[in-house]
Amino acid sequence: MADSGKKRFLPHIKSAFERVLSGGWIYLLFVGLFGIFLLIGIGAGIHALFIAGSRHAYATSREIPVAILIATYVFFVVASTGLCLVSSLGHVFGVENFLPLAKRCVYLAIITILSGFLVIGLEIENPFRMAIYNVISPNFSSNIWWMGTLYGFAVVFLTIEFILLFNEAHHHKAVIAGFLGVITEVAANSNLGGVFAMMHGRPYWYGPYFPVYFILSALITGCAFILFFFFLAHKAVNKKPFMESTQTALKAVSKLTLLLLAVMMIFTAWKVLTTSVGSPAAAAAALSVLTEGPYSFNFWTIEILVGMVIPFVLILASRGRNLTVMFIAAVMMIFSLFFTRLDMVVVGQIVPQYFEVGVVEYSKLHTYSPSIHEILVVLGGISFCLLAFLLGEKVFSGFADSPQTDIMKEKTTDVAGVEELT
Amino acid sequence: MTDKASHKNIPESPLDAERRAFLKIGLKITGVLAGGSILSLVSNINKAYSLDLFREKYPYKPHYAMVLRQDRCIDCEKCMKACIETNHVPDYGWRTKILKRDLSSALDQKWEFIPILCNQCNNPPCVRTCPTTATYKDKTNGIVQMNNKKCIGCKSCIMACPYDARYYNEEKGAIDKCDFCFESRLSKGINTPACVEACPSDVRIFGDLSDPSSRVFQLVHQLQRPVWVLRQEIGAKPNIFYMKG
Repeated sequence: MADSGKKRFLPHIKSAFERVLSGGWIYLLFVGLFGIFLLIGIGAGIHALFIAGSRHAYATSREIPVAILIATYVFFVVASTGLCLVSSLGHVFGVENFLPLAKRCVYLAIITILSGFLVIGLEIENPFRMAIYNVISPNFSSNIWWMGTLYGFAVVFLTIEFILLFNEAHHHKAVIAGFLGVITEVAANSNLGGVFAMMHGRPYWYGPYFPVYFILSALITGCAFILFFFFLAHKAVNKKPFMESTQTALKAVSKLTLLLLAVMMIFTAWKVLTTSVGSPAAAAAALSVLTEGPYSFNFWTIEILVGMVIPFVLILASRGRNLTVMFIAAVMMIFSLFFTRLDMVVVGQIVPQYFEVGVVEYSKLHTYSPSIHEILVVLGGISFCLLAFLLGEKVFSGFADSPQTDIMKEKTTDVAGVEELT
Repeated sequence: MTDKASHKNIPESPLDAERRAFLKIGLKITGVLAGGSILSLVSNINKAYSLDLFREKYPYKPHYAMVLRQDRCIDCEKCMKACIETNHVPDYGWRTKILKRDLSSALDQKWEFIPILCNQCNNPPCVRTCPTTATYKDKTNGIVQMNNKKCIGCKSCIMACPYDARYYNEEKGAIDKCDFCFESRLSKGINTPACVEACPSDVRIFGDLSDPSSRVFQLVHQLQRPVWVLRQEIGAKPNIFYMKG
């Protein structure tokens, strides 16, 4: 039995390994580089948690207990939800233009969640207890519990979907797994927003804004990741021209991005306007940190200009055809979105809890700058994502011969059939 | 009419039928998940009282509470020292603290001292956010306590606490907080927390708010002097009351 298993899988593993090695020296250089950064990041996290102690190694404190590591986790898992949602438009909900995105998107959705898990695993003080007590002592009132559990299920569903996508005979099962993946991803994402929105002790976060914002932001992040990774996959890794169907899909994604960016600009404007008038003083103080205080450069330049306005103009100018311009817009958005997550997490805690009581000890805003350990863990998480992307492109042969292409043909035939009848 | 008839004649694509079936399954699953989300929004702890009703209902027996007569505090920090010694609080953490308010424009007293500690809220944001029930509201006495072995160290309770009452204790490998000295004293038959016993000016009055003969009950229920709580607008329904005189 074991022998037959070996005989079945060994040739596949061998050929996948050969494909990785055939990637050329630049490809292998990046694989090695990301591999090293991944190991350094894991080492830094283990050192911080189990040797030095997080109090010494991480820059978090009693006042700002979670910061860049949670922001990185949020960045990745929100991206995963976005990738899952945008790709599901095609292969789950049947929007034809999005069909060619399926396989690579599902793969990216899996590796982004895992990147997030890696970073949060190196942030939580007792990750081993988490594995036990999340199961045997759940708190159903906790959004964190729901978020973690649902993202865990999402990984399982997406992995099943990904495996099934390789076998055309199992296409309808893949759609079911995909649908379950979408539902769990969206529910997890919404609960992630709820983690912040349910904190009535933190007026800047509290309220229904963040759960809705997180879904919108997930879609934007998903679009940006698609434009970024599809361009890299074709131009840099596989060096193959885009198929027409993929180009059409990316054009559809760029149009969706424009719409979502416009909505995000309106959302952000109203968040700023409503918080600046009549909201709790602590929320208004947090907002002023963002709009005119120490985080104003992050907000106006990185979040608004680099993350929304310039990408909007670039994508509009590209008309969905110039993939290089769309790629540049995606790079800017991804860079900006990372800082958007960091700003949201830190600014929500920057106003001291007794700020309004008017006491000396809580009269100044808290400060936070990431430590070397934290930066290395973040780089480790990013490296894991990029390494898994590079390896995935070769192991899965550039995600070619997707059954979705055949479905699209099928659908086209159906539509033609209908046209004939009418 | 003709249009409708012609639409009826169009055979339904098998893929569309399949998709419809999947969407039906999806709706059912959504229902289950939505149920879960709603459950997460409703705190099962919130069966206590609103501030307006705090003179009438006390869900615990004994319902431990503390009244702080803040104008009596002289910032001697004996309460802090007693707390540190009794509960082995490390130098990087604190369970109770005295805040200072600058009143330099006032005619008499130039400083006001405000002791703070865990407010043992009846609607505790920390308990709701904890994923593993490592922190919980004691069903008998209402003290927000820790089960250290369940604490995963996610620190979301620190983030959630409106009163800055929690910190991560390296030695315990868990979050540490004031438990009204339940572990170190109350559970051993000593009926006051260490900070209360150490205070030389009788600032801290501790007792059972559900007992009309207790001092805390009488101070909270008198009408001559105002009684307030910190950060009332948060809605955490704290059990630490402040007054002067």
